[in-house]
Amino acid sequence: MKKLLIALVTLLPSLAMAASGHNVHLESANVDLHDKESLVRGLDLFQQYCSGCHSTQYQRYERVATDLGISTDDMRSKYILNNAKIGDLMENAIPTADAAKWFGAAPPDLTLVARVRGEDWVYSYLKGFYADETRPFGVNNTVFPLVGMPHVLQDLQGLAVKQEDDTFVTTGGKLTAEEYDQAVRDITGFLVYSAEPVQLERKALGMWVLGFLFIFFIIAYLLKKEYWKDVH
Amino acid sequence: MVKNIIDWIDARIPMTATYNRHVGQYATPKNFNFWYFFGSLALLVLVNQLLTGIWLTMNYVPTAEGAFASVEYIMRDVEYGWLLRYMHSTGASAFFFVIYMHMFRGLIYGSYQKPRELLWLFGMLIFLVLMAEAFMGYLLPWGQMSYWGAQVIISLFGAIPIIGDDLTLWIRGDYVISGATLNRFFALHVIALPLVLVVLVFLHLIALHEVGSNNPDGVEIKKNKDENGWPIDGIPFHPYYTVKDIMGVAGFLIVFCYVLFFMPEGGGYFLEKPNFEAANPMKTPEHIAPVWYFTPFYAILRAIPDKLVGVIGMGLSIAVLFILPWLDRCKVKSIRYRSTIHKINIAQFTVSFIILGYLGVVPATPELTIAARIFTFTYFAFFVALWVYSKNEKTKEVPTRVTH
Amino acid sequence: MSNAPVDTGRRRFLTAATAVVGGAGAVAVAVPFIKSWNPSAKAKAAGAPVEVNISKVEPGQLIRVEWRGKPVWVVRRTEAVLENLKSLDGQLRDPASEEMQQPEYATNPARSIKPEFFIAVGICTHLGCSPTYLPDSFGEQVEGVTSGFFCPCHGSKFDMAGRVFQGVPAPLNLVIPPHKYVDDATVLIGEDTGAA
Repeated sequence: MKKLLIALVTLLPSLAMAASGHNVHLESANVDLHDKESLVRGLDLFQQYCSGCHSTQYQRYERVATDLGISTDDMRSKYILNNAKIGDLMENAIPTADAAKWFGAAPPDLTLVARVRGEDWVYSYLKGFYADETRPFGVNNTVFPLVGMPHVLQDLQGLAVKQEDDTFVTTGGKLTAEEYDQAVRDITGFLVYSAEPVQLERKALGMWVLGFLFIFFIIAYLLKKEYWKDVH
Repeated sequence: MVKNIIDWIDARIPMTATYNRHVGQYATPKNFNFWYFFGSLALLVLVNQLLTGIWLTMNYVPTAEGAFASVEYIMRDVEYGWLLRYMHSTGASAFFFVIYMHMFRGLIYGSYQKPRELLWLFGMLIFLVLMAEAFMGYLLPWGQMSYWGAQVIISLFGAIPIIGDDLTLWIRGDYVISGATLNRFFALHVIALPLVLVVLVFLHLIALHEVGSNNPDGVEIKKNKDENGWPIDGIPFHPYYTVKDIMGVAGFLIVFCYVLFFMPEGGGYFLEKPNFEAANPMKTPEHIAPVWYFTPFYAILRAIPDKLVGVIGMGLSIAVLFILPWLDRCKVKSIRYRSTIHKINIAQFTVSFIILGYLGVVPATPELTIAARIFTFTYFAFFVALWVYSKNEKTKEVPTRVTH
Repeated sequence: MSNAPVDTGRRRFLTAATAVVGGAGAVAVAVPFIKSWNPSAKAKAAGAPVEVNISKVEPGQLIRVEWRGKPVWVVRRTEAVLENLKSLDGQLRDPASEEMQQPEYATNPARSIKPEFFIAVGICTHLGCSPTYLPDSFGEQVEGVTSGFFCPCHGSKFDMAGRVFQGVPAPLNLVIPPHKYVDDATVLIGEDTGAA
C-alpha cells in the first residue's frame, strides 16, 4: 500500500510539467508584488500606453489606489484619464464594437491576462516585438506570432530588427535596454497584481490559518492518544 | 433542567435513542487505519460545499452576460468573497480526492461484498451525482474551459443513434451552449442535485449503520459478541472515533488550507488557466482538458477511435463499478488475506487508473493514444480477471478476530 | 477495553482544550460568511456622495437627485416661504426639530445650512412613499399655507422645512442627509466631513 502512495506522489511533478506545455522560450519576469513603487509605475505606464484600447474592467480605481498606496487625489489627477469616478470600474475608453471595426478584433480586456497567460508570458510578450514588413502594423512578436496590434512601446524600446543570424538589434528607443526591461517588469507587475489583487492578503492570512491548524492538530492528536489508551 | 428538556423531547421523538444507535453506542471495529478517515472527511467537504455554495449564489449572476463578471465581482468587490470562492473551488477538487480515496479503501478491503452491496450502490450513486454536480458547476464561471468543456461533454450525447442530435439540443436548450444552458445548469447545480446528494448520503449512512462497518481485516465484528451482546472487537463510535476523526479533520485541513491559501489554482489543475478568460463561442482554447477528476474516464473516451463506442466505453468504465459486488465471487474480503493474483490485479488497476488520469490531461499524440488504449484495456481487464479468478481463489486463512 | 486507571484530569483538560480551540476556529470560519454580507465595493461606490450644481435652481423650484438609491430634494425657498415657516409652530408635531432627523448643523428653524436651500431625503417617515411637492396648491391641505409636501399614500403633510404637521400618520420630520457646500454653486450630498 505504501508503495502505491509513493508512486502517486512521484507522479505529481510530471503532471505539473505537462500543464505548462509551452514551446516558446519565456523570460522570467521576476515580479515582486511587495514593490509598490514598481506597481505604481506599472499602473502609470499601463494607463498611458495600454488603457486607450485595453480595459481592466473587473477592477475599480479606488481598490487599486488603496492597494498600491496612492492617495485619492493623486489617483484622480494622475491615473484616471477619462471622466470616470474613483469608485468606477476601469473600463475602456473606446466601445468594443468600434474597436472591432478598427482592429479586426476587439482588444481584449487585460484584468486577468496574467492569470490566463502567466507573468513570464506577459513580460516576454512586451519585449518580443520586432520589425516585420508583412504585418499590417509593421511589427510581429516572438511569443505571439502574427500579433494584431502595433508596438505601442516603440518610442521607449525602439524597434528590434531581426538579423541574418536570428538575433535582434534594437535602435531608436528613449530607454536603455535595462530601463526598458524594468519598465516592462513594472507593467507586468501591475497586471499580475490586477489579475488577483488579493494574493498578498491571501498568503498572509494563510500563514495564520496554518499556524492555528498545527496547534489544533497537536491538541487533537494528544486527545486522541489519551482516549485510545483504553483500546487494546 | 437540561435533563427535563431532553426527556421532554425523547417522549416525542427518539433523539437520545437515535444518537446512541448511530454515535454513542454504535459499535465500530477498533482496527480502523488511515484509509478510514475519508468517510468523515467526505462529509466535512460536503458541508463545506453546501455552505460556501449557498453563499456564492448570493452574489453570482446566472446569465451569459453577467456570470463571468459576477465571479470577478465576488473575487474583488465582495468582502471575503475570494475566500468563499476558493473554499468552493478547492473543495470541489478535495471532494473528488477524498471520494477516490474512500472508494479505493472499499476496493482493497472488500467493503462492497455481501452484506454491503447496497451500501456500495448508494456510494456509487453518490459518485455519479457528484460527477454531474461537478460538471454543471464547472459551467457556471462561464470561462473558456467552462464553455468548451461543456460543449465537448454535451456533444457526447450526440453519439447516441437516432435521438442523439435532438437530445443535445434539448439539453442545451439552444443551438449552442448559451444562457439557457447556463440557467438550467445553475438550477440543477444549486438545488436539484444537492438535494439528491444529501438524500443519498443519508441512505448511505443508514445502510452502513444497518450492517455495520467493515474493517481492514474484513472480519465481521458482530460474529463475536460478549455476554451483553456487545461485539468484542467493537468500540463505541463516540468518544473513540470522534476524537480520532477530529484529528483526521485537523490533518486534512492543513493540506486543504495549504492549497487554498498558497496554490488555489492547483498548478492549473483545480482552476484551469483558460477559465480566467470569459467564454467566447468564436474561439476554442488550444488544448481542452477536463478537470483532473474526470480525466481517467475522458482518456478512455479518447482512446477509442469510434465516437459511439467511445461514449459507451466511458459509460461502461463507470457502470462496471456498480456491479463490482457481484463480479467479485470470493468470500474473503480484505486484500490482506487474498491471493497474490488479486493483489497484483488491484495494483495494476490502480496504476492504470492513475496513468489514464495523466493521459487525459495531456494533449493526445499517436504514442500516447496507444498508451491510453493499453491502459483502457487493463482497466477493464481488472474486472474480467476478478470475475474469473475470484470463483476459486486461493486465499489465506482469515482470523476470527480483528488484528490490532 | 482495558481496566487501566484513567487520568480523568488530563482527559478533561484535553477535551476542553480541543473544544475551545475548535470553537475558536469555528467562530473564525464564520467571519468571512458574515462579512460577505456587508455592502460590496460596488454598493459603496454606488452609494458615494453626489455633487449637485445648485446655481441654476430657480426660486420655488425643486430638483431631485439620487443618493444611495433614494430621492434627495433640493428646493430653493423664497423669502415669503421662509417667513411663513415661523408662523406654523403651533400646527406641527416637532417644530423645534428635537428628534434627530437632521445633522447638528441643520438643527435650526429652517432645517438647513443656508436658509435659502432646503435639502432633504424625499421619503415619507410613515411608510416610505415619496411625498409630492405642492408649490402653489398646498392651501387645499393646510389652510393659509401655499406650499408644502403632501404624501399621496396616506395623506401625511410636511411644511417647507420638512416638518410634519399634527394629525397625520407620519410620526417624524423628513430626514436631512449629511451634506456640505463645496463652493457657492455646489453642494455635496452624503458627506459632511470638514463641514461646520
